[in-house]
Amino acid sequence: METRKDPGAWNPYLAGALTGLVSIGSVWVTGKYFGASTTFVRGAGYVEKIIDPAYLAKLEYMTKNKPIIDWQWMFVVGILIGSFIAASSSGSFRLQAVPDMWRERFGDNAVKRGTVAFVGGTIAMIGARLADGCPSGHGLSGSIQLAVSGFVALACFFIGGIIVTRLLYGGGEQK
Amino acid sequence: MTGDMMYGLVTGILFGFLLQKGRVIRYDKQIGALRLIDMTIVKFMLTAIVVGMIGTYALVDLGLAKLSIKPMIVGAIVIGGLIFGVGWGLFGYCPGTSLGAVGEGRLDGLWEWPACWLARGDLRRDLSPDESDGAHMGKFWQNYIAANLGRKPLVGYPSDRDWEYILISMVGEKRSVAD
Repeated sequence: METRKDPGAWNPYLAGALTGLVSIGSVWVTGKYFGASTTFVRGAGYVEKIIDPAYLAKLEYMTKNKPIIDWQWMFVVGILIGSFIAASSSGSFRLQAVPDMWRERFGDNAVKRGTVAFVGGTIAMIGARLADGCPSGHGLSGSIQLAVSGFVALACFFIGGIIVTRLLYGGGEQK
Repeated sequence: MTGDMMYGLVTGILFGFLLQKGRVIRYDKQIGALRLIDMTIVKFMLTAIVVGMIGTYALVDLGLAKLSIKPMIVGAIVIGGLIFGVGWGLFGYCPGTSLGAVGEGRLDGLWEWPACWLARGDLRRDLSPDESDGAHMGKFWQNYIAANLGRKPLVGYPSDRDWEYILISMVGEKRSVAD
């Protein structure tokens, strides 16, 4: 396995262990397990509230998960802020619309990348809705609690992802 | 801002900080793991799980916390999980942490916001062409499943829970979906 030069990076085991501690602290202090995907759908609910409140009122999911700002909303905003602080303090902040690995294979076209990202994001969110969780909610929080649902979901996330990236990038060649 | 929101913000900042320091939110790392050529996120995630697991269960045993376990619904979780994986492989970010990628300048993470628009509704109803038509797929499944499970047809329009009915009926998992 290659080690790319990236001086600001922490050992993933260390960062992972600290993340585990943060999640324990969160459960201890507020009783909240990590989870993020609902907030994104709520975000859409906010916009809907402005465009078509009548439709919003008809959506059962939105009645159950009202578009309000709550713990998880702030958690998601915090991820943005925390990542920005970490990136800018270590000089690894880099504005780019096309990731390096994507560029190597599919070129520099931001529209092409954006289209795939949009389609992928939609599929991922629908999947998260069906499975009732994302890698944070199921993968981290579920597995932390030894939930069968968490482990199974995590495995399925990876299986689906491995298949697609194999189709996108081909397989077999070793770096 | 309520106390809960404040805690959410602080927790999120710490989480985002560590995600960035561990280099686990960017496309290259996420797809690297799915291509099985860079195991950074796997190391990060499994370590977080192992550490978090010990602490969480210690808290639960001491009576300081409660578990919040999502039910194992085979059909929904397996099929939903696989669908999620397909989207993840295309998008290259976990939806939840895509804003973390934006935080380190990866602007394509912003695509999650327009994307989640299409996932906002009561999925099955939105996918059904005509709600007044009793013969459309949704109704068909609904009646088929209700008949098979010996349950009364659902009142009102199908929602998320009905996906579970559909998926359960395909997989054959017997479990009450009445919450």
